[in-house]
Amino acid sequence: MASSTDLLYSEEHNLVRKMAYDFTRNEVMPIIAEHDRNHTFPFELLPKMAQLGFLGICLPACYGGAGMDFLSLGIVSEALEYGDSSVRETVAVHLALHALPIFQWGTDEQKETFLPGLACGDHIACFGLTEPGAGSDVAGIQTRAVCEGGDYILTGEKMWITLADVADRFLVFAKTQLDQGARGISAFILERGWQGLTTGTLEGKMGVRASNTGWINMQDVRVPAGHRLGEEGEGFKIAMSCLDNARFGVAAGSVGIIRACIDESVKYALQRKSFGKPIAEHQLVQQMIAQMQQDLDIGELLVWKAGTLKNQGVRNTRETSMAKWFCTEAARRAADNAVQVHGAYGYSDEYNVERHLRNTKSAVIYEGTSQIHTLMQAAYTLGMREDRPLRCPMPAYDPDTWQ
Amino acid sequence: MNVAVLVKQTPDTAELPKVTVAEAQSGELQATMVINPWDEFAVEEAIDLSDRFGCETVAISMGREGETDALKHALAMGVDAAVHVDERVIDGGDEWATAEALAATLKMVDTGDQVELVLAGKMSVDGNSSVIYAGVACMLGWDLLVNVTRIVDIVDGKLIAEQAFEGGQETVEVPLPVVISVAKEINEPRYPSFMGIRKASRVTIPTLGSDDLEIRPSSTTRWTDLDKPEPEDVQVRIFDGASVEEKVTQLADALMAEKVI
Ligand SMILES: Cc1cc2nc3c(=O)[nH]c(=O)nc-3n(C[C@H](O)[C@H](O)[C@H](O)COP(=O)(O)OP(=O)(O)OC[C@H]3O[C@@H](n4cnc5c(N)ncnc54)[C@H](O)[C@@H]3O)c2cc1C
Repeated sequence: MASSTDLLYSEEHNLVRKMAYDFTRNEVMPIIAEHDRNHTFPFELLPKMAQLGFLGICLPACYGGAGMDFLSLGIVSEALEYGDSSVRETVAVHLALHALPIFQWGTDEQKETFLPGLACGDHIACFGLTEPGAGSDVAGIQTRAVCEGGDYILTGEKMWITLADVADRFLVFAKTQLDQGARGISAFILERGWQGLTTGTLEGKMGVRASNTGWINMQDVRVPAGHRLGEEGEGFKIAMSCLDNARFGVAAGSVGIIRACIDESVKYALQRKSFGKPIAEHQLVQQMIAQMQQDLDIGELLVWKAGTLKNQGVRNTRETSMAKWFCTEAARRAADNAVQVHGAYGYSDEYNVERHLRNTKSAVIYEGTSQIHTLMQAAYTLGMREDRPLRCPMPAYDPDTWQ
Repeated sequence: MNVAVLVKQTPDTAELPKVTVAEAQSGELQATMVINPWDEFAVEEAIDLSDRFGCETVAISMGREGETDALKHALAMGVDAAVHVDERVIDGGDEWATAEALAATLKMVDTGDQVELVLAGKMSVDGNSSVIYAGVACMLGWDLLVNVTRIVDIVDGKLIAEQAFEGGQETVEVPLPVVISVAKEINEPRYPSFMGIRKASRVTIPTLGSDDLEIRPSSTTRWTDLDKPEPEDVQVRIFDGASVEEKVTQLADALMAEKVI
C-alpha cells in the first residue's frame, strides 16, 4: 500500500516526519496524560521544542528560523497532536498566530527586532483576538486603542487566549476607529511587564487541559507606535491572515489525532475479544475503523493541498478553511469512534482516546467554528465571497533565501 | 583515526508485530522501515567521538537496493558520510556472510584516514542475533568489546572503555583498531536537526555491489522453516484494596497461585 507520505512528500519531509514523531513518542506521550489530569502546562517541553527549531520551523534562517517549508510545519503539527492537542497548540499560537504575522506584515525593523527571539524560544508569544463579548463576530470587539502623543493607549479584555499566562509577547487587536467595524481594527505587539497589562488562567476546561488558556486585561497600556503591526485599520485583514496560517496547523494536527485514534483502535480491536473472537472481526467495529481511515486519507490530501499552495505563495484562504473544517470534524468523529471501539475502557483516562475526544471538541470551536467555515465555503461556492489581494501577501517558500 | 558505525534498517518496532511470515521470507516488508533503534546509540557515540577527537565518521548499512532511510537518518543526526551495500552481494547469506561483506566494505571505505574504530548497536530489533559485530571483528582480526557503556578516552593508539557485564562493570584498555558494541546506557541519541535533515536529503549515498567487493560469502546457516508465534493471551488483573498492603497481599497471593513466585 503506497502511503500518501511516500507519494506527496519529499525525502526531506519524511525525515522531518520521523524526527517529529520520535519526539512526540519519546518526550510528549510519556508526560502528557499526567499534565492533562493535573491541568498543568508542560513547561519542560518548551526548551526542547525550541532547541529542535519547532518554534521557528518555517521562518527564514536570517531571522533565526529553521528555514523549512509550510509542509514541514504541517508535519510537525500532525506529529505533536498525535501526542496531544495542547502541545501542537503551543506551536500554532506562538508561530502561526504571532511570529508568522510579523514576518508577513512587519516592517524590516520589526522583523529584525522581534523574530529572532521568537524563533529561538527566548520569547513565547500568543494571539489575542477573542473577547468576552465577541468571538466569531470579530468586528464586534470592544478593546480600544487611542492615539496619544505618538503612542497608543489600549484598554480592554481578551478572553480564551491560548498561552495568555505563559507568553511574554502578545499580538492583540483593538479598535482605533470605534465606528468603523472591521475597518476600525488595528494590531499591536505588547510585552509582558508593561504597566496595566495583566493575565490569568481560565479553569475548568473540558479539554486541552495541558494547554494554558486564559485572559489578558489591559488598563491604559501604553504601546509605542513602533509596536503597531501593519497600518492603522488593517487589523482585521491581519487577523484573518493569521488564521490562514494557524488553521493549517490545526488541520494537520487533526490528521495526527485521527492517526492516533486508528493506531490505538486497531491495537485494541485486535486484542479485545467478545463472543469468542477479536472485536476487530465484528463488522460494526470494522465500520468505525474504516470511517477513520477514510477521514485520514481525505484529511491528509486536504492538508497537503493547503500546504502546497502556501509553499507556492498562492492565496489559500478557501483551501485552508476547508482543510480545517473537514479535519477537525473528522478528528472529533474519529475520537468518538475510538472511544466506542474501546468500550468502557475508552471512557477512562487509562487510554488516550478519551483525551483526544475532549480535545477535539475545542478544535471545532477555535480558529473559526464549524458553522463559520460552513458559511465561508457556501459563500465561495455561491460566488458571494472572493479574496482580494492583500497589501502584504505571505511570501512563497524559497529554499535559497530561507535557509 | 576514523570511526565507522554499522547501521541496519529495520521495521518500526511499533509495526513489528504486523510483519507476516511471508513478508519475512521474501524480505518485502510492508512496515515502515527505520534505523534500528539500538544503532542510534552507536551513531550518537560516533558523532560524539568526532566532536571529542576530531575524527571523521562514516555509517555503513547493508540492505535491499535503495534502502537508505537508516543511513539518511544517521546523516541527519550528523555523521559525515554514508555507504550502502547492496545485500545481493551475499546472495541470501546468513550473519556470517553479512559480517564478511561489512568487513570487506570497512577495508574499502576511504574517509581520508584509516578506520580504526567500528561501532555497532547491541542487536537488531528484527534479527536479534547480536553476532554481526563479532563476525566483523573476527574477519578483520580486531579486538572486540561488547556492551560498552562509556568510551573514557582514546590515547596513544589505545582505547579505554567501561564495559557492563552481568552484576558488574569493568574498565578496559585495548589497542586500536577495535570493534565495539554499545549498550543503551552509553548516551542519549540526539534528534536529527533541521539542518542535518536538509543536508542528508541532498546527499547521494554510494552503493557497493558485487563488482566493488571482492568477497565470496560462505553461508553456514539457512532458514529451513519460519514460524510466527501466536500472540500470547495476556490477562490484566487490577487489584482493589483499601491500602497498599492489602493490594500487595493480593498480588503476592496471585503470583504464588500462578507459581510465579
Ligand atoms: C481552547 C480554546 C483556545 C482558544 N484560543 C484562542 C486564542 O489563542 N486566541 C483567540 O483570540 N481566541 C481563542 N479562542 C477563542 C475562539 O477563537 C472562539 O471561541 C471562537 O472564535 C468562537 O467564538 P465564541 O466562543 O465567542 O462563540 P460565538 O461566536 O459566540 O458563537 C457561539 C455559537 O454561535 C455560532 N455562530 C456565531 N455566529 C454565527 C453565524 N453568523 N452563523 C451561524 N452560527 C454562528 C457559533 O458557530 C457557535 O456555535 C480559543 C477558544 C478555545 C475553546
